[in-house]
Amino acid sequence: MSAGQFQAPDDAEAPMATASALGLLACPHCDAVWRGAAEGEPCGRCGTHLHTRKPYSLNRTWAFLIAACIMYIPANLLPVMITRTLFGAQYDTILSGVIYFWVSGAYGLAAIIFIASFLVPLFKLTVLILLALLAQRGSSWRRPERARLYHIIEIIGRWSMLDVFVVSLLTGLVQIQGFAVINAGVGIAAFGSVVVLTMLASLSFDPRLNWDSRQEQQQEAERERREPARDNREHKPA
Amino acid sequence: MTEVPGTVVCPGCDAVFSRAPLKPREVSRCARCGTELYRHAGDQQRRILPLTVASLIMFAIANLFPIVEIELQGLRSQTTLAGAVLVLSREGMSVVALLVLATTLLFPLMQLCILAYLLVPLSRERRPAGFAILVRAMQMLRPWGMIEVFLLGVLVAIVKLSSMASVVAGSALWAFMALTVLLTAVLSFNPNAFWEMTFRPPGESGEPGREAA
Repeated sequence: MSAGQFQAPDDAEAPMATASALGLLACPHCDAVWRGAAEGEPCGRCGTHLHTRKPYSLNRTWAFLIAACIMYIPANLLPVMITRTLFGAQYDTILSGVIYFWVSGAYGLAAIIFIASFLVPLFKLTVLILLALLAQRGSSWRRPERARLYHIIEIIGRWSMLDVFVVSLLTGLVQIQGFAVINAGVGIAAFGSVVVLTMLASLSFDPRLNWDSRQEQQQEAERERREPARDNREHKPA
Repeated sequence: MTEVPGTVVCPGCDAVFSRAPLKPREVSRCARCGTELYRHAGDQQRRILPLTVASLIMFAIANLFPIVEIELQGLRSQTTLAGAVLVLSREGMSVVALLVLATTLLFPLMQLCILAYLLVPLSRERRPAGFAILVRAMQMLRPWGMIEVFLLGVLVAIVKLSSMASVVAGSALWAFMALTVLLTAVLSFNPNAFWEMTFRPPGESGEPGREAA
């Protein structure tokens, strides 16, 4: 173990000295740690506003998640790519593209697209909903595993942009008028928005909420209620 | 408010640890949730500027030359990244065009330019204007640059097309591959470390960049 602990680290479920319990505030941008700083006060080193937890983290996460769930439906139902050849037009949704490759024997390609475009967004939505629900209830259920899940979705989230790039490149490339033209379908816009919305949801989720008990969350809610004007002014949506 | 030196708070679970000196290449992780806390700076500061410059050169090649060329019934068609974005926006898919433009062109370019702008004066231990804002911008842009995902997308597109046309890889494709490798090295650098660099210059007694808190 390279960092010294204030408490024995062997049991991950054991209560740990947390910054909020010790009255410390850490700057999210330059990692400086401050004692006696008020909520919303700027960091003395880099000027970032300090908060015990990301302000309105769960509200924002839910907003992005609900929007992502809604967009998930058109993303999977509408065509993402339209191929017009001499023989007519072919409308492909994400899953019909996967099926096409699977049937024609390109199993590896089918698997890559299936994982990146279908499984990853679905996994991300499910995990984020689970994390937000459990954090909201202050649940102590399997905290280390939940932390690991959050790490995983932070890493894999960006890879679902794959289909957006494939369609964009094919659209730019296959423009041979009269022979073959590939157009992007409306579905790809919906799909891109799902990817962006889930990324925004995981960015606005504060992983520290996983570890807070219900008591600490009530204190946090109280703090937000006490200084609403200040929070509103300082946190315009990014 | 007073600074508590030698302390680090885990951004993933709020646990408090004391900072311990690391050996080269060591990474310190939170004992409770496994989030990376800090890593040994090492000679990364010296390596990162040449890597950034190399990335910028590769970035130029990757965007100026065609990525792939297809040939179908004697007709040829080729595209660059910007060309694909243009076609998309002409088709009324400007949202998608904007998304592709931002994640593969604008954001990576901004990241590289900010890095170069910050690193050149820092090697003389001076802090350039707009330091705080730019470091924060670096931090915010981090998840949104997707060159490596785009590279995989290009490869998938090539395989898709190979059944209907003959596909020739352009020079930009190789540049994108090199750029992906370079960017992995460059962007593994945590922008938070900029604050450590200006505050704890090696062997300096008076800390030049420090202002009263």
